[in-house]
Amino acid sequence: RRLFPRCRYLLYASGDFVKVHSVNTEETLRLLGGHADLVTGIQLNPQNHMQLYSSSLDGTIKLWDFMDGILIKTFTVGCKLLALHTLASAEDSVFVVIPKKGERDTFQLVSVKLTKGAGQNLESNELSVVLDDVGASMKHIAFGREGSYVVSVKDVNLQVYFFKRKLLNRFSLSTVKTKGGDNRFSCVVCHPTEDCIATGHADGKIRLWRNFHHRKAYTYSALHWHHDIVMDLAYSMEGTRLLSGGVESVLVQWHNESSCQKDFLPRLGSPIEYISMSSDGVLCCTLHTDNRLSIINSNLRFSRSIQGLIKSRDVKTGLVVDPRTKALVLNGEPGHLQFYSLQSDQQLFSLDIVQRQYIHQAGLKQSDLVKVAFSARGTWLATVEESEELTDPELQLKLWFYHEETQSFTLNTRINTPHDNHITDMCFRDMEELGDDSTILVTTGRDCVFKVWVMVEDSDPEAHQNVSWSCDFVGSYHSYQATNCCFSEDGSLLAVSFEETVTVWDSLTWDLKCTFCHPPGNIRNICFGRLTCSKYLIGATDYGFLCCWNLLTCALEWSAHLNIVILQPDPLSEHIAAVSWLSKESSLFVFKPSEPRPVYIQRNICKEKILLAAFVPRDEPEMISSEKYLWLKKSQLFFLTDTQELMTLSTKSLEERLTPSSKQLAVEESLPVTPFSLLLGKHRRQQAQEDIDFGKPVVHNKQEQASPAVKELLHTPAHVLPSASFLCTIFINSLLISKENK
Amino acid sequence: MAAYKPVVVQACPKLGERITQDTLYWRGYKTPVQIKEFGAVNKIDFSPVPPYNYAVTASSRIHIYGRYSQEPIKTFSRFRDAAYCATYRDDGRLLAAGSEDGSICLFDVSGKAPLRQFEGHSKPVHLVGFLSDKYRIFSGGDDYSSNLWDIASATEIISYSEHTDYVRCGCASKVNADVFITGSYDHTVKLFDARTKSSVMTIEHGHPVESVLLFPSGGLLVSAGGRYVKVWDALKGGQLLVSLKNHHKTVTCLCLNSSGQRLLSGSLDRHVKIYSTTSYKVVHSFNYATSILSLALSPEDETIVVGMTNGVLNVKHRKPEEKSENSQKKRQPAYRTYVKGKTYMPKQEDFCVSKPVKRVLRKYDKLLRSFQSSKALDAVLEPPIMLHTPEVTVAVMQELHRRGTLRSALAGRDEKQVDLLLTFVARRVIEPRFTPVLVTVADMITDIYQPVVGQSAIVDKQFLKLQQAIGKEIDYQEELLEVLGMMDTLFATFTKKKDTCLEDNKSNGVTEIIETNRNY
Repeated sequence: RRLFPRCRYLLYASGDFVKVHSVNTEETLRLLGGHADLVTGIQLNPQNHMQLYSSSLDGTIKLWDFMDGILIKTFTVGCKLLALHTLASAEDSVFVVIPKKGERDTFQLVSVKLTKGAGQNLESNELSVVLDDVGASMKHIAFGREGSYVVSVKDVNLQVYFFKRKLLNRFSLSTVKTKGGDNRFSCVVCHPTEDCIATGHADGKIRLWRNFHHRKAYTYSALHWHHDIVMDLAYSMEGTRLLSGGVESVLVQWHNESSCQKDFLPRLGSPIEYISMSSDGVLCCTLHTDNRLSIINSNLRFSRSIQGLIKSRDVKTGLVVDPRTKALVLNGEPGHLQFYSLQSDQQLFSLDIVQRQYIHQAGLKQSDLVKVAFSARGTWLATVEESEELTDPELQLKLWFYHEETQSFTLNTRINTPHDNHITDMCFRDMEELGDDSTILVTTGRDCVFKVWVMVEDSDPEAHQNVSWSCDFVGSYHSYQATNCCFSEDGSLLAVSFEETVTVWDSLTWDLKCTFCHPPGNIRNICFGRLTCSKYLIGATDYGFLCCWNLLTCALEWSAHLNIVILQPDPLSEHIAAVSWLSKESSLFVFKPSEPRPVYIQRNICKEKILLAAFVPRDEPEMISSEKYLWLKKSQLFFLTDTQELMTLSTKSLEERLTPSSKQLAVEESLPVTPFSLLLGKHRRQQAQEDIDFGKPVVHNKQEQASPAVKELLHTPAHVLPSASFLCTIFINSLLISKENK
Repeated sequence: MAAYKPVVVQACPKLGERITQDTLYWRGYKTPVQIKEFGAVNKIDFSPVPPYNYAVTASSRIHIYGRYSQEPIKTFSRFRDAAYCATYRDDGRLLAAGSEDGSICLFDVSGKAPLRQFEGHSKPVHLVGFLSDKYRIFSGGDDYSSNLWDIASATEIISYSEHTDYVRCGCASKVNADVFITGSYDHTVKLFDARTKSSVMTIEHGHPVESVLLFPSGGLLVSAGGRYVKVWDALKGGQLLVSLKNHHKTVTCLCLNSSGQRLLSGSLDRHVKIYSTTSYKVVHSFNYATSILSLALSPEDETIVVGMTNGVLNVKHRKPEEKSENSQKKRQPAYRTYVKGKTYMPKQEDFCVSKPVKRVLRKYDKLLRSFQSSKALDAVLEPPIMLHTPEVTVAVMQELHRRGTLRSALAGRDEKQVDLLLTFVARRVIEPRFTPVLVTVADMITDIYQPVVGQSAIVDKQFLKLQQAIGKEIDYQEELLEVLGMMDTLFATFTKKKDTCLEDNKSNGVTEIIETNRNY
């Protein structure tokens, strides 16, 4: 991702796309899609500020008119492009970083001559190497005043190449680590008007290099405030101010190099990865590690932020669906819970659970959110937070009540140390017909007990809240660790798994009703069947068995040999989705507990391990013709893989989904409805649609015999068709059995 | 951008009794005045008219005390034997008392010798009272009878012999001049109407009745006997409304406060309990040195007087209302300056500019915000914070520990500061809510200051204190565990039966599963 704020537009690369944001309204205006791989760099065309160059790992440089979202030209370079730079003085060439042929992990900076031609797709093979052995990141290369020299840093080496004099100066810092400091370079930036280079280092220092024309007589001075690596630096337009940021998530503004005068903008939420100044110097934009952009005024006032799905390192809470907003709820910022709307690809809000100042410092054991549960109608939210210590964790169970007036959750009860050891699972009893008073919460812990929490009315009329939660029952089974819990649909039975055994308890009297086990192997997941299958209890074990027990006869109904990782019941139907992980591929099985034969099987759904899954209810049942996908009628299934990618299963083929929207687009742009514009629109929309699924691989399972794209191609007169090279990709794409549109 | 989040101070629910309006009200009494009487105080009665003197019957004397006097202002001692139940008339001018020899004496509060003497009971008279028409007296004696007397002629009007045991308590209705009730050791409370020949209503209390009371409205009747206080609805024919069992010994006396909102009961278990008459929950409780025999509350709850078995009279006076207008010297800006512009209602076309709310941070929060760990710790080790809000100190220590800077904040302190720190730790480490944090702190202090042990007598002493405190706590916890173990065995014997049935169930389930597996 690279950002590029202009006065009114903010451009940034996101996945395979370049997004154009309005600074004032925070809306996504345009989505430039066309690259087949990750976009690695974007730069404005120095000659025309309405145009934009973008480079991608697919080996192409594309020139866009970003105002209208039109692709002007595509230059094919032919090797992976890792970074892109432009220079005003070099009119017909751009600079890219490419891997050096024959050597691994060595990169070189080359200038690419952009061939001038009439066509849209051009080959640019005129490469000339400028610098060897450079860093792959965008931050490792900077161009100096008026493009007279280029600077590159790698490890402890700094290279300066003067274009005019064709002179290469190398400087290197001593590798001897002084006082445990690690003085490797992390980023470099050049002063816009003076001959001065600012470099950031891994030990938190910023060095300002001057007089580097001379190989020996160069000087440098150091600025030190950061305690950890300096992630990025940026000069203001006039070069009077230098901005720096790092893991402290503090934006530091250095006024004068000599006097060390500085200003701070603290608590930006998460570590700063990139800093970018707008061309008029009014705005500054920071990109954070948690997928967020902050726009900051020139006087260091926080202006606004654009937030996508926060990718936290470890989603401990699982994917939970908020029954009220149908938003996906998972770990967000440290100690926060994010509510992420799937429809709009936006964060709805972030709820501060831990309510403590987060210290951005490595090696601290800070408490984080580990479990989340919603009651049936979303009126109660239970959260568990624990510190990262393995022994003697500091546990807190918090119960939040949804306030209709303020439209947010307020803390109702906080329970310190609800269990003596980690909490493994938590669930509410969902009984809508009995009202909220019957809501109870069950937590299971590694301290070999499960606890039942109930609401109690506060008798004291002066207390400001009238209900609070307290423990009602503590159950255990042969001092085995409790691992999972689950309520039956009518709330009368509670199933708690204790290592190898599933115990079933009566929720009225808390008597142990019966036990099931399927040795060997601990129980990994349990869930009750729903609706017509409510007499079944499903369990998955460590040793790769999926078992279905009949609660009426207390007998095993069927079992299957599958290494199930996730067991996810659909709240609106009797279907249960199970994801297995076997020999480096994940497969999806959807079944009804009453029949051992799955309703639907999708082998090799993705290469990564799927960690979490959730059914999100649809707003209105979808009309699905195919027998195979009937189970997706009422809800949609979402997956989260271990690379933090969110995926969904869609029933419609690509073209079906595109037809209505492409028409709409065509009308919007008030272009003459020619087959070409339709095709073009379609092409664009296709990318857009993919982005709705969060710009991540979309799994399409249906192959159309004759796609409309092909039909159109065949039925359109040849003289109105666009160039064959453009149509080729669409044609090929429509023939592909698309599984991974990466 | 998020603002700085202040340190969360863990609020703990207050253990013990909750502070309510009632506790505040009933705590508002001065330290009691103790007056020694000659024998057990069997009755205290407040004069219904100002200055609210009260008559105390103990042994063979009746003492009349003024409101604040510690010496009796008047004494009636013309009794040959013990006197009982000296009671004021409604106008506060006459006083009637029973005696051991069965006679009833009527005194003028200003005179000395009895005005009348009513002879008729053959056994001691423990109950005397005026009917609300002021001209008749009712009495109850150990000869099981309850009589009605005419004051003017000193003659018996009627005698009821319905009780089958000693009549020991009674009360006249305030709304009907003919109605009175008596309670007896035969477990009953009887309601008499002077116009009829026999009792109108009988209520079975279930225990020897020690005290009865009628509500001012006359509809509710309260009886005390055994460990129970029972409230009856007299208008519904004596239906039991509520039975209170809050004492663990016999309840001896009852009393209503002047507003009728609270009911007080005194008992041999040394407690006075105060109930709300709407919910019948105990709202407050006093305890006394010895068993309580009699209890009285002056009008407006100004004074609580309690008589005890050892002859001590305990008098509590209400604290005067605190005057809060003592800061008159400092001239405040006029009220107008404060309310100026506050009442302005914005018009529809007005553009409102709200002033940003300034957040006030505590000193330690300000220091923590700027990462000054040592100074933040200093700030919470100041005596006012350390003594009154130890949770704040502990919360900051925990926050420092979370930030990994606790060790450096604790280090480098001089003798005085280490002394302060150790005093705090030694005192609070045994409180369960602070233990986890303070154990870490104690560990660190010992680690840091180990090399200098022996150089300062004060610090060494504090270390020893800490050791003692921890040792004591360990012993205590061991004892608790022992008790817990004993209780576990007790509980195990109770639930034995249930367990076996569970075992059955389980084995059934398992075998079935094994069978089905085989089938499969």
